[in-house]
Amino acid sequence: MDNVIEIKDLSIQYATDEGIVKAVNHLNLQLARGETLGLVGETGAGKTTTALGIMGLIPDPPGVITGGEILFEGTDLLKLSKQRLRAIRGNKISMIFQDPMTSLNPVVTVGDQIAESIRIHEKLSRAEAALKAKDMLELVGIPGDRYGEYPHQFSGGMKQRVIIAIALSCNPEVILADEPTTALDVTIQAQVLDLISKLKKEKNTSMILITHDLGVVVEICDKVAIMYAGEIVEYGSLEQIYDQTAHPYTKGLFGSIPDIEAKTSRLKPIPGLMPDPSNLPEGCSFEPRCERSCQLCKEENPPLIEIGNGHFVKCHNYGKVGEGEDV
Amino acid sequence: MSELLRVEHLKKYFDTPRGLLHAVDDVSFSIERGETLGVVGESGCGKSTLGRCIVHLLEPTGGKIFFKDEDITNIRGERLKESRKSMQMIFQDPFSSLNPRMTVKSIIMEPMIIHKLHQGNEAAQEKAVLEIMETVGLAKRLIDSYPHELDGGRRQRIGIARALALEPEFIVCDEPVSALDVSIQAQILNLMRDLQEERNLTYIFITHDLSVVKHISDRICVMYLGNIVEQCPADKLFASQFHPYTQALLSAIPIAKINAKRERIILKGEITSPIDPEPGCRFAARCLYTKPECLEVQPDLKEVEDGHLVACHLY
Ligand SMILES: Nc1ncnc2c1ncn2[C@@H]1O[C@H](COP(=O)(O)OP(=O)(O)OP(=O)(O)O)[C@@H](O)[C@H]1O
Ligand SMILES: Nc1ncnc2c1ncn2[C@@H]1O[C@H](COP(=O)(O)OP(=O)(O)OP(=O)(O)O)[C@@H](O)[C@H]1O
Ligand SMILES: [Mg+2]
Ligand SMILES: [Mg+2]
Repeated sequence: MDNVIEIKDLSIQYATDEGIVKAVNHLNLQLARGETLGLVGETGAGKTTTALGIMGLIPDPPGVITGGEILFEGTDLLKLSKQRLRAIRGNKISMIFQDPMTSLNPVVTVGDQIAESIRIHEKLSRAEAALKAKDMLELVGIPGDRYGEYPHQFSGGMKQRVIIAIALSCNPEVILADEPTTALDVTIQAQVLDLISKLKKEKNTSMILITHDLGVVVEICDKVAIMYAGEIVEYGSLEQIYDQTAHPYTKGLFGSIPDIEAKTSRLKPIPGLMPDPSNLPEGCSFEPRCERSCQLCKEENPPLIEIGNGHFVKCHNYGKVGEGEDV
Repeated sequence: MSELLRVEHLKKYFDTPRGLLHAVDDVSFSIERGETLGVVGESGCGKSTLGRCIVHLLEPTGGKIFFKDEDITNIRGERLKESRKSMQMIFQDPFSSLNPRMTVKSIIMEPMIIHKLHQGNEAAQEKAVLEIMETVGLAKRLIDSYPHELDGGRRQRIGIARALALEPEFIVCDEPVSALDVSIQAQILNLMRDLQEERNLTYIFITHDLSVVKHISDRICVMYLGNIVEQCPADKLFASQFHPYTQALLSAIPIAKINAKRERIILKGEITSPIDPEPGCRFAARCLYTKPECLEVQPDLKEVEDGHLVACHLY
């Protein structure tokens, strides 16, 4: 299997006044070439931190990568010089940040912002870069003659498309998209997702899509990783995660979503809250909220085990028969 | 069932430097006691403005609001204070809608003090606060906490507790779960439903999330740029939509199931400006079926099937 990115045993912490926040804990993850991986989890799960780790952009202080490897095409990014890392970050891996509205410069025209980003990665004259920027605008469905307008003249969806154009302008091999459509209305979200899948297919780009929306994942992902308290608790193909759901947390997420196709009078929420990442439980981090918790779960953090062809789950109780159903 | 609230031709325009912004433009509907009316639509379509006009946080530009058959559009003074007791609002953002310098206790107690509930009897007031906290699932030990010390779900529970403090009959819920994670969102939605059953509450439930609105509502209004474009019972809307905007909206909802993929309607064009809008249908610029008539005459909301209203020239 040709993996563009392979993360091994990665741990990232933030030193804060309240203590050490263990944001990412012994995380393992692979991204195959041309594949789209959905990284799903709720607020504070460590999704953005993981992406920033890959980009080499963890704010230091307070952040520290305390262990592990991040291999990009076989090279450990954590061992590279700042300079070489910057080159990879520009040309090969690019990130769409979580708060799109703040990542555009309000006093530079949208066209010039795309052109500038092109000129950082390619030796082109201003005029050539401007021409290419116009093409990029049209590629994301914005008429080229709006090149000279400023971000405030664009709607939220159009701004998001400009950001995608900038991320794509250097023909990256990997895109890390952090909640790229969360701030958008559904009809605009549909436009943007459509665009992302089309461009990805054309260029065979690999992508990690960070989201908390299991509905968005189905639309464009091949693989899914469910993240909880800095760990991957379940990983597999779309079919494995959606139809053969194995981890109690993943099941809880599905049970919490109102089903638009059926009338259910009560939802089945997960009780309680995610543990404080500066004070994680000794054993399984989901144990305090888990219906199936047992003594072993309190004492020992379960390993991520393969339960079927590429389907991984991190649970002591998997396969043990409980009341009524298998975990 | 009996009618609790009725809104007739409600309008709210804002004066802006670029012209008159039609935030809510000629909206009419009524709500029965114990019912939940869902209001759904995309950012900026006027949902919050509508809710704020109804609970007197904004003064309407035109139209009338009736509560239990009384015209409350222009009430003032004591009468307004009286009406505030029976109508409350829960806000979208549990982070900014709570005063950061007040404790949980003082936030929930504040409306009781303003409305002289258990006046002068602090023990009775505190008892009432504790009762409400229990109702909304807030642990007693949090009574002296500040909002910033709590997570989003608990903050929203405080917002709900504050709204319940005066035992209202009617609550406008403005995106009460939009800022929350799904597992916490589900906890709050269940709570709101239980409260409604226990207290026979009537809700206007504002959201942009269609699966949430379907889950919680009896009837749904779909808004687009200040207008109601479609209105019908919740299940009916999901079975058959008439308005081209509603069709596109429903087809665009991501569903967390494999093979749930439907034929997606991808809209083209940009949203029309709500400032000094042109005559004609507000959706015409993005609509797949625009006819000359649509650019000239704004369609009225009319009943095309039993209890199913649509504002579109196709019908
Ligand atoms: N700069 C920082 N300093 C201190 N703690 C941080 C910092 N950035 C993130 N954290 C903490 O690290 C944990 C993981 O945060 P992260 O932003 O990676 O989560 P996320 O999964 O992206 O969440 P969201 O869905 O809210 O974006 C959280 O507990 C967060 O509070
Ligand atoms: N105080 C105000 N002054 C001027 N314009 C306003 C004011 N309040 C709201 N608007 C405008 O009125 C329109 C409707 O706004 P409103 O907040 O009601 O929308 P909404 O449907 O609640 O949107 P969202 O989903 O983003 O909360 C928008 O165009 C908004 O910019
Ligand atoms: Mg994040
Ligand atoms: Mg609003």
